[in-house]
Amino acid sequence: MYLTKEEEQILNGEAGETLRQAIGILVTLGDIYGADRLIPIKSAQIAGVSYKTIGDAGLEWISDLQGKVKVPAILNPAGMDLKDWERLRISPDFAEKQKLIVQAYEKLGIRCECTCTPYTLEGFNVSYGDHLAWSESSAVSYANSVLGARTNREGGPSALSAALLGKTANYGFHLDENRVPEISIDVEYQLQGSDYGALGYVAGKLVGSKVPVFHLRNTPDADELKALGAAMAASGAVALYHVEGITPEIRRQVFEEPAEKITIERKQLEEVYESWKKACQEPELITIGCPHCSAAELEKVAKLLKGKNVSKEFWIFTSRELAKRYPEYIRTIEKSGAKVVCDTCMVVSPATNSYSCVMVNSGKALAYVPGMCGAEAVYGSLEACVEEAVGGAAKKAGDSY
Amino acid sequence: MEQQRRQVIPIKLKGRIISRGCAKGEVLLSKDPISFLGSVDPKTGVVVEENHVLEGKSIQGKVLVFPHGKGSTVGSYVMYQLKKNGAAPAAIINLETEPIVAVGAIISEIPLVDMLEINPYEVLNNGDLVLVNGNKGYIELIEQETSKAENN
Repeated sequence: MYLTKEEEQILNGEAGETLRQAIGILVTLGDIYGADRLIPIKSAQIAGVSYKTIGDAGLEWISDLQGKVKVPAILNPAGMDLKDWERLRISPDFAEKQKLIVQAYEKLGIRCECTCTPYTLEGFNVSYGDHLAWSESSAVSYANSVLGARTNREGGPSALSAALLGKTANYGFHLDENRVPEISIDVEYQLQGSDYGALGYVAGKLVGSKVPVFHLRNTPDADELKALGAAMAASGAVALYHVEGITPEIRRQVFEEPAEKITIERKQLEEVYESWKKACQEPELITIGCPHCSAAELEKVAKLLKGKNVSKEFWIFTSRELAKRYPEYIRTIEKSGAKVVCDTCMVVSPATNSYSCVMVNSGKALAYVPGMCGAEAVYGSLEACVEEAVGGAAKKAGDSY
Repeated sequence: MEQQRRQVIPIKLKGRIISRGCAKGEVLLSKDPISFLGSVDPKTGVVVEENHVLEGKSIQGKVLVFPHGKGSTVGSYVMYQLKKNGAAPAAIINLETEPIVAVGAIISEIPLVDMLEINPYEVLNNGDLVLVNGNKGYIELIEQETSKAENN
């Protein structure tokens, strides 16, 4: 791998121990994956934040680092709402450790906002063709697929290393040849709302880490694409997908139609909704916001909850910045008794572990909640989730699919 | 015969540099991949994964030879914890390192060389004394377990 004189000096330790280690990580990963050089990045998003996932081991490593990041850098969701953690009954011990992790990142100049949707925030706007070092799998998928930017799915230490150097190794999804569709997925019926999360959940299992191109009958909006990508990155390892006629890369250039083709039948999506029947009959907790709710989703939830009272625990996850930007939605939602929670999500917070059956409208949460939280997960549309929370005929909504 | 056998020592094998540094230790071979998260006690370095070929054995101070890592990315941080607790292996040799172990070895300053010119499982035995040079990218078999036994 080619290094500039300055990069060689950093690798030899002339810029200090932290940067020596950081460039060591990038150069080694670059060598493993055949990178030719390091390239500048516009921003970084760093995984390895929740104390539930990285534990004392991660806390120790981050605390020992020195220096400041060179590009805007932000964090993945933490294990709790950093301001109002008591509301979801997080233990004081956990809260203490979680705060230490976030403070250790803050010391490195990282913006201590914890979200899986950094692309909705000021300072993290992404343009077509930008190189990034993001980690959270749904954010990576969104940046690559919906925004046409270029990022690999970085691990926590490699994203942090990239942030400290302002560079990453040039391999994988930074290169044209790895962005070409490898498998074609045909969907011959109309989709709406949570159908996209269900489609992603099914597709991810079928395509693994390949780059799929979808042929859809209708035009998904940004939130629907977010749900599709998040689910595929969780049930599979898809970091980039294209949608014919919709996503920017396939609109700008001609790709050859892949030889490998599959069709996903409506019946396969119905099976995802039917997790309702196989798992627990009675969700104790309803969660929305995986990935974090957009402004449009907050508005939708607020409209559905207006003037109603919830009869079950109902958590809505979003980023702190959006919660601040739209106080009227938050007020309406919370007036119903539902809780708007920032900085965290149902998957990485230990709060979810106290429940045995969780209802979600996210294919990603459906994939992760059973393993990460030890709870059964059932799937429904956003509307069905709200109905279940307010004690309506949600089962009918589940069945009526 | 004796003369001939001695000639093979030291054996030097070139490989790919993953993590820099230089360390010596006794070989501990694992045919199974290793997940540092959950499989190794970060306080003692003892392998605790049930039915793992190294179950109950300590990796502390060893030249640990395993095919590649597996499991959670948190494994990188666990390697760092092992190092801070003085329970880490002295060095690592892999068939082909994947990113979790690569990153873990670098942040923990454990020398690691992979993709040796000869399959290490065909050359190395448990207890052999081996030097891993992660600065220059080779390993050196200094003393074979059997010859040590003969010398005793």
